[in-house]
Amino acid sequence: MDAQELIARRVAREIRPGTLVNLGIGLPTHVAAYLPPGMDVYLQAENGIIGLGARPPEGMEDPDLTDAGGGFVTAIPGAARIDSTLSFGLIRGGHLDMTVLGGLQVDALGRLANWMVPGKLIPGMGGAMDLVTGARRVVVAMFHTAKGAPKIVPRLELPLTSTRRVDLIVTEMAVIEPTDAGLVLREIAPGVDVDAVMRATAARLIVSAPVGQMLATV
Amino acid sequence: MKTAIPVEEAARRIPDGASLMIGGFMGVGAPHRLIDALVARGCRNLTVIGNDTALPGIGVGKLIASGQVARVITSHIGLNPETQKKMLAGEIEVELVPQGTLAERIRAAGHGLGGVLVRTGIGTLAAEGKQTVEIEGQTWLLEPPLRADFALIHANQADYAGNLAYQLTATNFNPVMAMAAGTVICEAREILPIGMIPPDGVGTPGVLVDCLVGVAAA
Repeated sequence: MDAQELIARRVAREIRPGTLVNLGIGLPTHVAAYLPPGMDVYLQAENGIIGLGARPPEGMEDPDLTDAGGGFVTAIPGAARIDSTLSFGLIRGGHLDMTVLGGLQVDALGRLANWMVPGKLIPGMGGAMDLVTGARRVVVAMFHTAKGAPKIVPRLELPLTSTRRVDLIVTEMAVIEPTDAGLVLREIAPGVDVDAVMRATAARLIVSAPVGQMLATV
Repeated sequence: MKTAIPVEEAARRIPDGASLMIGGFMGVGAPHRLIDALVARGCRNLTVIGNDTALPGIGVGKLIASGQVARVITSHIGLNPETQKKMLAGEIEVELVPQGTLAERIRAAGHGLGGVLVRTGIGTLAAEGKQTVEIEGQTWLLEPPLRADFALIHANQADYAGNLAYQLTATNFNPVMAMAAGTVICEAREILPIGMIPPDGVGTPGVLVDCLVGVAAA
């Protein structure tokens, strides 16, 4: 299992039946592939659909039905089309149960930076600021390091996405929960030890209760 | 009754220096023929307001590449490296606005509101220079209304009363933009006799639409 699949499989376990969930562009998009078949969950794409389905077979794409990354999708039975104002009303208004977003950095306070690297990479925030501010639960799905440099840092060097503390960080090495006391190491990936996670993390990690194994029952 | 005009004639109504709201999300639900006609006409110094700048060679991306755009107000330029390059080179001024805030600022203009109060962006670069307001112990960011000289929008269907019907994720910003511009020009996939779009199926009432662009020759 590669790093991306490990992260996506673990994040999929956070998703509860009967909820509305927004999966961000990039790595988080892959989470959908690992939801239990037939699970009663509605995926929102902020460009305008509740009830996002899988990619259609080749030749059956609808140019008017895409996800927020512009990729072709389908709509599940029970889906609803929404315009941009309703879409973000749902997000800001507390109607979105969970969002999964990629990250450039997360700091010791559990705050996320994911929309620009000043002077270099300026994609813009898109819907990220609204999602982090408004979703009931925010899960960050990202690689633990970038070119060897830790992405979980004591203090953000990059511009903040929201002052709100995220609820969970899932990487290919660990599952970390930001709390009032700090970043708590909850789980480590198969074949990874606690020391390795510590070395790859610049922020202080709290290791108290027994650390679980990611995807232990798989 | 609204008579459909040739797309070239619609483009001729747009002068240099005009501000344009352009519907679409990564090019999906964008008025592609109007954009092509604007590129052919070559009007310059445009301000473009839209969710994103699409991709190079697609939708708004064509106007960016042709150097006709001086200013962009948008939420995301991540999939168009040309916008980022021109922004870093100082050739285009880019105002990045959180997606939900962009939608609400447009809605505020179109619905006669003096602005909107949002939590999105508080404590981030998106709040710089903006006024905050305290309401019931909570801090909100005051976001001003956003209007434009023209809205260039796409619909799936129009009728000759100007009523518009949208389809799936091609809806996105189109209906809200139809409320917020001095002149609303719609490019529909097909134009139907009056009465063919049932009242319940109308997404934008015809009274808001100034002109329809004739459908493409087969």
